[in-house]
Amino acid sequence: MSQDKNNLPAEITVNLPTEPYQVLDQSGNLVVDHAPLDDETVLKGLRAILLGRRFDELCIKLQRRGLMVTFAPGIGQEACTVGTVLAMDSTRDWFVPQYREAAGQLLHGQPLVNAFLWHMGSPIGFVITPGLKMLPPQAGVAGHIGHAVGLAWGLMLQGKTDVVTAHFGDGATSQGDFYEPLNLSGVMKAPAILFCQNNNWAISVPRQSQTASPTLAQKAVAAGIPGIHVDGNDLMAVYQVTKAAVDRARRGDGPTLIEGVTYRLGIHTTADDSSRYEPEELREMWKDRDPVIRLQLYLEQRGCWTEEIGEKMESEISTELDQAWAEAQKFPDATAAESLTHVFAEMTPRLQQQYDELKGESDND
Amino acid sequence: MTEITMVEAIRDTLSYEMERDERVMVLGEDVGKTGGVFRATDGLYEQFGNHRVVDMPLAEGPIIGASVGLAISGLLPVAEIQFMGFTHNAFNQIVAQLSRIRYRSWGSLSTQVTIRTPYGGGIRAPEMHSDSFVAHFAHCPGLKVVAPANPADAKGLLLSSIRDPDPVMFLEPLRGYRLISGEVPEGEYEVPLGKARVAREGKDCTVIAWSAAVEVAKKAADLAEEKGISVEVVDLRSLVPLDMPTLQESVLKTGRVVVLQEASFTGGFAAEVMSSLHEDEGIFYSLQAPMRRVCGLDTPYPVQMIEPDYLVTEERVLSAILSTVES
Repeated sequence: MSQDKNNLPAEITVNLPTEPYQVLDQSGNLVVDHAPLDDETVLKGLRAILLGRRFDELCIKLQRRGLMVTFAPGIGQEACTVGTVLAMDSTRDWFVPQYREAAGQLLHGQPLVNAFLWHMGSPIGFVITPGLKMLPPQAGVAGHIGHAVGLAWGLMLQGKTDVVTAHFGDGATSQGDFYEPLNLSGVMKAPAILFCQNNNWAISVPRQSQTASPTLAQKAVAAGIPGIHVDGNDLMAVYQVTKAAVDRARRGDGPTLIEGVTYRLGIHTTADDSSRYEPEELREMWKDRDPVIRLQLYLEQRGCWTEEIGEKMESEISTELDQAWAEAQKFPDATAAESLTHVFAEMTPRLQQQYDELKGESDND
Repeated sequence: MTEITMVEAIRDTLSYEMERDERVMVLGEDVGKTGGVFRATDGLYEQFGNHRVVDMPLAEGPIIGASVGLAISGLLPVAEIQFMGFTHNAFNQIVAQLSRIRYRSWGSLSTQVTIRTPYGGGIRAPEMHSDSFVAHFAHCPGLKVVAPANPADAKGLLLSSIRDPDPVMFLEPLRGYRLISGEVPEGEYEVPLGKARVAREGKDCTVIAWSAAVEVAKKAADLAEEKGISVEVVDLRSLVPLDMPTLQESVLKTGRVVVLQEASFTGGFAAEVMSSLHEDEGIFYSLQAPMRRVCGLDTPYPVQMIEPDYLVTEERVLSAILSTVES
């Protein structure tokens, strides 16, 4: 055999767009021909982002006052979940969150009172109220992705055309609990939208330390499913690509992985001090890319946003939050005895024994 | 009634329940066309099709993770993990997810999932294929754990497990799959979870076992009888929930206890059984001798050449019985 014929085989390389898809630029100008959402829906989306943000800000304050447990805000990245929920039909499609998705959860229909209760350390915060198509927030990074895929696949097996969306961060993409269900979703053609909110940080570890892949969206290639790279701070772009993925899933054409490029404009949780690792100039750069700013500039151009409209919206949100927070505080405390009744449908003899002991103690108080 | 093997009983029961309830589906590695590596799902693929008997990609984590979602969607998954040693790969999804959905959602969601998995050694299998980490799962709140020792109980417990509204680990005796045969009632037959069974009556010593070790206990009891010692064998059948009344009744009668455990010694489920007995004042004062346990060695499951010395054998059990009677 000649030397020429003895070359190494060609390396497999992937050339994917590395610039995320955009509809609105940072100055609120359309960079495509047509806006995918009407002004009314854009206003609705902006309000949902602001509600999520004010909720997060209030929770941080309450946590600092000792009234809430450790809290993970989603400030700066709300367009990812809000754009997704706008693209779904919340009466039938499922929203499967990680733990930083208040804005999307609330728009999807989680009662605001329950959202407060969750962060107060109450189990009521995890209750899925009748008709709510949502799974409880997930503390284990990527732990819920398989559930979303199984849920989507199960709905499909039962002849339904409902779809499931799951949100997680860039750190989650390093987990087997991401790769394995991603692969499964492709095999089963599950109607699932796996939405990675690449917010650049997994607590203190930056995105570039998680993977050598230029994008996270390209991880879809190995699973044989479509991957989309989108500006996660661009509500309309997120809506548009997610809507396409939802439509595809509903048609029976299977799952999509979406990477929304965004940024965590805050701490990982209230137990975190991001000044230990976050370059200030990076934070400043991303502050200018805030999803709220470009939506307000866009709506202003459209004649739908004034200072007055903004103040009215903020005041309504503030009232809504105050009322829900007041209501949440009135909820009776959950008890350890009741918790024993939620391990199994019926208590085992040993759970019953522990229940009787706790009840005996509380009766003697 | 004709006698059938453990693995046949499991297969027939799956077929029976899938026929009866169209929500029941089977998923796992090689459960489809080949009918499972032990043929526990033989013929189900032909009978029920590829939507109800699903060959999964080779990853145990999403077999359980997807089962969580399938259950929430309204189906009743019966997941097969090919060997219990492979549950290590699914540990997170079993103990941190599946078992907690009801509690996490404060009773608003549930996961009716059965995990079938063979365990216990004695078949000269490669590493990982004989692991018996029963205690991992018995220690996990929100999981029920059952381990039948004969074909009739395999049917009765499997039907109860699939129909139970909560996740159940259904442990199958690897070396008993074809070795153990017995008659199996036809049609409806449920054995309730949480009920032990006196497998052999006796009055001098209680040997507590489950799964394949029950046969070992019975053989040891026969050997003891030749020496004039009357041994009662209690087959737990269900580790969680644990049937304390049946254990109490037996131990109050005999005053002597030997617990068998196929897994390694330290931190195993035998210790839980012994502690539960010890905590009972009536039993504590009725004991005639220290309780004993016969377990594997505190090594990883050994390679084939060493395996015979690791196994719970009737000779070792007999020796433990004698030591309690003679002390």
